[in-house]
Amino acid sequence: MSDSHPKLPFWKKYIFSTDHKVIGIQYGITALVFLLFGFGLMMLMRWQLAYPEQPLPLPDILLKLFGDDHTRLPGGIMLPEFYNELGAMHGTIMIFLGVVPLAVGAFGNFVVPLQIGAPDMAFPRLNMASYWLYFVGGCIMLFSFFLPGGAANSGWTAYPPLSVIATQGQTVWLFGMAFLIQSSLLGSINIIVTIFQLRVKGLTFMRLPFFVWAQLITSFLLLLAFPPLLGAAVLQIMDRLAHTSFFIPSGLLVSGQELVEYSGGGSVLLWQHLFWFLAHPEVYVLTLPGMGIVAEIIANNTRKPLWGYKSMVYSVIFLGFMSFIVWAHHMYITGMGTAISSFFQATTMIISIPSIIILTALFISFWGGSIRFNTPMLFAITFLPMFGIGGLTGLPLGIAITDVHLHDTYYVIGHFHYVVAPGTIFALFAGIYFWFPKATGRKMNEFLGHLHFWPSLICMNIIFFPMLVQGLAGVSRRLYDGGIGYEHGQEIFALNELISWGAWFLAIGQIPFIINFFWSMFAGKKVESDNPWNATTLEWQTPTPPPHGNFTKEMVVYRGPYEYSVPGAKDDFTPQSEEHIR
Amino acid sequence: MDTIPYTFEEREDTGLYNAKFGIWLFLASEVMLFGALFSAYILMRVGAVYWPVGSETLNVPLGAINTVVLITSSVTMLLSWAALKQNNFGKFRLMLGLTILCALAFMCIKSVEYSAKFSHGIFPKENTYYAIYFTLTGLHALHIVGGIIVLVYLWGPGAKMWKTNPIQFTNRLEVVGLYWHFVDLVWIFLFPVLYLL
Ligand code: HEM
Ligand SMILES: [Cu+2]
Repeated sequence: MSDSHPKLPFWKKYIFSTDHKVIGIQYGITALVFLLFGFGLMMLMRWQLAYPEQPLPLPDILLKLFGDDHTRLPGGIMLPEFYNELGAMHGTIMIFLGVVPLAVGAFGNFVVPLQIGAPDMAFPRLNMASYWLYFVGGCIMLFSFFLPGGAANSGWTAYPPLSVIATQGQTVWLFGMAFLIQSSLLGSINIIVTIFQLRVKGLTFMRLPFFVWAQLITSFLLLLAFPPLLGAAVLQIMDRLAHTSFFIPSGLLVSGQELVEYSGGGSVLLWQHLFWFLAHPEVYVLTLPGMGIVAEIIANNTRKPLWGYKSMVYSVIFLGFMSFIVWAHHMYITGMGTAISSFFQATTMIISIPSIIILTALFISFWGGSIRFNTPMLFAITFLPMFGIGGLTGLPLGIAITDVHLHDTYYVIGHFHYVVAPGTIFALFAGIYFWFPKATGRKMNEFLGHLHFWPSLICMNIIFFPMLVQGLAGVSRRLYDGGIGYEHGQEIFALNELISWGAWFLAIGQIPFIINFFWSMFAGKKVESDNPWNATTLEWQTPTPPPHGNFTKEMVVYRGPYEYSVPGAKDDFTPQSEEHIR
Repeated sequence: MDTIPYTFEEREDTGLYNAKFGIWLFLASEVMLFGALFSAYILMRVGAVYWPVGSETLNVPLGAINTVVLITSSVTMLLSWAALKQNNFGKFRLMLGLTILCALAFMCIKSVEYSAKFSHGIFPKENTYYAIYFTLTGLHALHIVGGIIVLVYLWGPGAKMWKTNPIQFTNRLEVVGLYWHFVDLVWIFLFPVLYLL
């Protein structure tokens, strides 16, 4: 029925679109560009870490790009200030402009309405506003690189008092964050309302695909955890611009000088509490959508129902609640006191249980399946052990006494990168390969997919495993020379070179993906049906690609999301909208 | 298949239409925002060597008047919505107009208070007490300003919708009303906490 629509002009159809699918794709492409950019910043850092104080082997024109020689790269040698800038912006861009927009903005927008049988999101215009707020926020962040003193350089955590007295880039960072927070606020309201209000008839909560559940809980986390960060950002903006002292303690000396324009009396811990109140739930925002994607793909490619669907659902709900009361496990060494530490240590151990249930359920789902090893499945399978390493290495960080040794070392960097890089990012790749045919009508190339998968898997481990080793040896994070100045850094320093080469090869490993993405869009193998993977969920019941309004007939749901290999059925899949088993 | 369901009518199992659901979620996020700032207040106060007494530093009568003004505006807001439900467009205009006037009065009184402080050379950076006072009331005032803009729109150009789609227009007013009551509620917390305690 899309032909009942007047033809929209190009800019309305593809630029200022209110169609959830177009917005999802806009989000996806923007986020992929930012991911690549954040990756680029990291590659510069990796040069400095492997070969400290040696000039970057880049042609002069490229070096010029980084601005005038004296402030960032005199003679091609990276200044510590520049390293800090790169580090802070790598973290910020990867998380707030890359992974979250891709996981929630792109997949949430594109897939959720299709999977629940809705014609669009509940508020299409807010949806468009959400994308454009994100876009502007991203531009603000990029713009900050051109300020005197460069972009923000106080880490993605923006801890005061350093961040309060830092260069202008920090103010712009805070305003950029305000845009991103508003964007995610609109997005999360939209997703929650859509899931509650627009489910088609028969699609009860226990028939929702696990992906939809993951998006629902994620949106609640975004909705409730981000506002305190906005509050904290307001306070930090006040400190920086109006010289209040929310985060400036009394008697603070900077380079031996008192800060005359500040009254003092503030608390640096206030920031840390507000920040981690957001940033711990944010960790689940980074991982739940990935779990959701992986669950869909595993059910589809093992050709059997997910094992323990209900326990997975209850786990994800419980996990959502718990994630609001674990935040201070990031603050064990701030001297909060042992009583408080014990509380957060207990909640942290408890919250690991639901994640383990979900992961275990997914593992058991393989049992007895007739597994299809296509590219999405390879990435989805790999998510499990990689995320597993990330999760297990997190336990020692959650226990106060072991965290004293590990806090702020490369062990932490290794730990959370295992969660987000070979974990979530692999899940996101899996999702791209999986839903690409729905969005474009063409499959991505399998050979290039393998060429993308294997090098990525190997390089990711070459990069992040040695970081765990370095951290255990006591090498701190955020060191611009990678630890060469440390006595105890000497033995493991050689690992830096290995890690860096891993990172560069990882970059090369992404080239097949980029080629595959664009090539398949125009020349990939056309799908023969609307349901090329023989899947059960509703998004495969639409035309390909889905028109405006998505479905051509009224959808009614009669069964659960993963009715694969139902005994007695002719096909090994029974779509949710099928009334009788054939 | 391309009209979005439940834009005006309520869905049976949730009992809400989309926008009403949306505004409740938005308000939940606002609770978290102000909740975070209230916690900041508590932390500042607990950690302070000396904390001024609100009633000695701020103008309690003006604050009290403002509280009354805002509560009145909440009542007229409700009446204007009720008027629409009774199909009484004239009364709606009157009541919404009164709401807007109350909101403007609130802003005037607030700016008198602010400028009294500024003219005595007291700015947010004075100490953490004033810092949190100006931040909390400033953020609240921003919410009022945002509300005024929407209310004026619904009173003026937006009211045309009453002719074409009365149900949706009534819904809009209800949703904005919920926001408005919330902003009042925040003030009802702010007033005792900042002025009296
Ligand atoms: C896949 C390739 C990646 C590599 C090789 C890499 C490498 C690094 C390195 C070397 C650091 C700096 C360590 C330091 O100096 O303390 C870092 C920091 C960080 N990375 Fe990555 N990263 C990658 C991907 C990601 C992704 C996908 C995310 C998030 C979704 C991410 C988030 C962060 C954050 C939050 C920090 C901390 C920044 C800070 O110290 O404030 N990284 N990464
Ligand atoms: Cu945490």
